[in-house]
Amino acid sequence: MFNFFGKKRSAESAKERLQLVLVHDRTDLTPAQLEALKDELITAISRYIEIDPDAVQIGLERDGRSQRLVADIPLRSVSRHRAG
Amino acid sequence: MTAQVITVTSGKGGVGKTTAVANLATALAMDGRKVVCIDGDIGLRNLDVIMGLENRIVYDIVDVIEGRCKLKQAMIRDKHYPDMYLIPAAQTRDKNAVSPSDMIRICNDLRADTDFVIIDSPAGIERGFRNAIAAADRVLVVTNPEVSAVRDADRVVGILEAEEKGTPSLILNRLNPALVRNNDMLSSEDVLDLLGIHLIGVVPEDESVIIGSNRGAPVVTDPKSRAGQAFRNIAKRIQGQDVPFMDLEQQNVLWTAFQRLTGRK
Repeated sequence: MFNFFGKKRSAESAKERLQLVLVHDRTDLTPAQLEALKDELITAISRYIEIDPDAVQIGLERDGRSQRLVADIPLRSVSRHRAG
Repeated sequence: MTAQVITVTSGKGGVGKTTAVANLATALAMDGRKVVCIDGDIGLRNLDVIMGLENRIVYDIVDVIEGRCKLKQAMIRDKHYPDMYLIPAAQTRDKNAVSPSDMIRICNDLRADTDFVIIDSPAGIERGFRNAIAAADRVLVVTNPEVSAVRDADRVVGILEAEEKGTPSLILNRLNPALVRNNDMLSSEDVLDLLGIHLIGVVPEDESVIIGSNRGAPVVTDPKSRAGQAFRNIAKRIQGQDVPFMDLEQQNVLWTAFQRLTGRK
């Protein structure tokens, strides 16, 4: 899929760019809003459980004509404080 | 007879809606169906020239709506297929001269005595588009394998679903198999995956389409044209027949080999 110059063939760029554009068009959610949503989500979750904010991944995925919001939120492995 | 009303739309302009309407209508007429085409692009009338009927217009759709003529008087009979008619758009009015209920009324008047009513929607997602889809039993979305056309098609599909018009079927127009093979054009699989709707036909890029438009004779009447074959196949699928998809890749490889052998290129 790469030509002599290591450049991606244009059809692949077209598809990747469209995948992103369509998911934002369909949900009417801009990348900036998605980023804000992520920050608020991290704040909310952190009130209950300790997570690694830098490892949180959140994105929109397509499944046919429907969209889903997918979040991957790794919990921080902490040594538990056991109350004696 | 109870006609099926089919609207052809696209979002983006210039992807081949009018060409698709003229060709599908002609192909249906060639199969012995009674067809009425309606040009829904008020102010930018074009279906008449593509069908070669521009010199026969006396009344248009706005004359019908405003009561200056009977529906039958605005139906222009085709030169070659006596069971095919065109109701032209008004050229000197704008889209506000027509309302969705006008379109529904006209289509309902046509239903009893017709097999298919095919409406050519204007580009865009405004009034003219809303008029064009108001009476539709079925919608066909035309797109090209280009980012802007696919994006606009997706918007239109979303609106049709929100309006509960059902999921439309896709006509992928002007596919260039050589570019697809070279990975420099979105393939039909790519476009289907992106849009997530049902495919009713892929029309290869074919210069005979322009030649047909120049003459006012839709390319389906040319038995040798690949695009014509693709449109004839779509017309059969509209009639409920199960027609296999053309192998655009294969045909092209063979054709290129043949051209090389015979020294035509």
